[in-house]
Amino acid sequence: MATTLLAIGTRKGLWLATSEDRRSWSLSSPHFLMTEVPSVGIDTRGGRTRLMVGVRSEHFGPTVVHSDDLGVTWDEPEHGAIRFPADTGAAVERIWQLQPDAADRPGVVWAGCEPISVWRSEDGGDSFTLSRGLWDHPHRMKWGAGYGGAAAHSVVPGPDGTVHVAMSTGGVYRTTDGGGSWRPRNSGISAYFMPGPAPEFGQCVHKIARDAVDPRRLYAQNHHGVYRSDDDGDSWTSIADGLPSDFGFVMLAHPHRSGTIWVVPLVADGERIPPDGELAVHRSDDAGSSWRRLTDGLPAHEYNAVLRDAACVDAGDPVGVYVGTRGGEVYASADEGESFSTVASHLPDVLCVRAAVLP
Amino acid sequence: MTVQVLLPRLLADCTGGRTSMALDVPAPTTVRALLDVLAAEHPVFGRRVRDETGALRRHVNVYVDGEEVRRLSGLDTPVPADAEVMVVQSVAGG
Repeated sequence: MATTLLAIGTRKGLWLATSEDRRSWSLSSPHFLMTEVPSVGIDTRGGRTRLMVGVRSEHFGPTVVHSDDLGVTWDEPEHGAIRFPADTGAAVERIWQLQPDAADRPGVVWAGCEPISVWRSEDGGDSFTLSRGLWDHPHRMKWGAGYGGAAAHSVVPGPDGTVHVAMSTGGVYRTTDGGGSWRPRNSGISAYFMPGPAPEFGQCVHKIARDAVDPRRLYAQNHHGVYRSDDDGDSWTSIADGLPSDFGFVMLAHPHRSGTIWVVPLVADGERIPPDGELAVHRSDDAGSSWRRLTDGLPAHEYNAVLRDAACVDAGDPVGVYVGTRGGEVYASADEGESFSTVASHLPDVLCVRAAVLP
Repeated sequence: MTVQVLLPRLLADCTGGRTSMALDVPAPTTVRALLDVLAAEHPVFGRRVRDETGALRRHVNVYVDGEEVRRLSGLDTPVPADAEVMVVQSVAGG
């Protein structure tokens, strides 16, 4: 079987794990030790593997680095891959998302950053251009900051060039013109923390994912609320029935099969622990109509949360599922969540994981 | 005029391994102008110390002859001839 690479970004560095069977893992020594790693992208398009890492030093700020040799060496664009234009008066605080676009748009990579901004690269992540349409959006002054910061934390490109982004206390926005213009797409998503009926925007969407087969179908884990849209985000309906809680940060979609998604519920916004202190992944195979609780191989006692990017899937067959906790535990499933094995323990808080079957 | 610059060891990989250097710069000069000279030669170092607006990063301190420039005139603080300018990370993190 091919080698699978799992990149684990933590509060204090990046670890790379590799496996031939996705059950037994070899863990690297830390890269960028003492530096926060909130985002990783693994780009395997075109038969080469490029690791892109958004690192952030408390002292020396954020930057994007990349490696084309699986972390043996790292390169950093001298003048910075992501830099706000001078007229914005803004500076990048944190790179939250590095997302390769579709296979037929090689070289295109999207980034989501704090302050709330979306960026597009056409050179494989060496340099990014700010989406002015979102930066200059008239809603900007009313977007808030989630507890983790004001960021475009999810960037989900679709096969037809449509891109959805999500931001905490802003909600979902969609562009169909490559980022020139963006419209809020939150109809049906609750914002219980705001008075009156749910607004056009301002929802606290924690993560979104796109269905692999029907690109107009999306899934969202909200700040209380789990939703599906069958119309490209125009409207959303609840799929939370059957889950122990509608709070959480993770939303994963199967990369090949329609209707299979994973979430990792937490009790509530005021109690951010797994229900009953037991870590569980919940999977639906019918687009959220019903859910199964999956715990085999996961710890019976776990009081740490799984953050929004600390879960991912690979593109293997069957698909691998990965979760990392704020307690520094990382688990992998080689069978779509039916059973998990431990990849790493006692790491710093896991901020993000990304996995890929290497070409 | 010549200015002695001391740089943090943590950033030595951005300055060709150097943690001190004597810079010849036109007089008069300021901390900003001095950092511009350093950034032109070592762009990654420049980004580590200042963000893209030109502001000194919050947890980076610059001292001119032992005085922290935020207590003086910030990046506009004059740098006299033969001064010692030290760039150092503050105590932060956990």
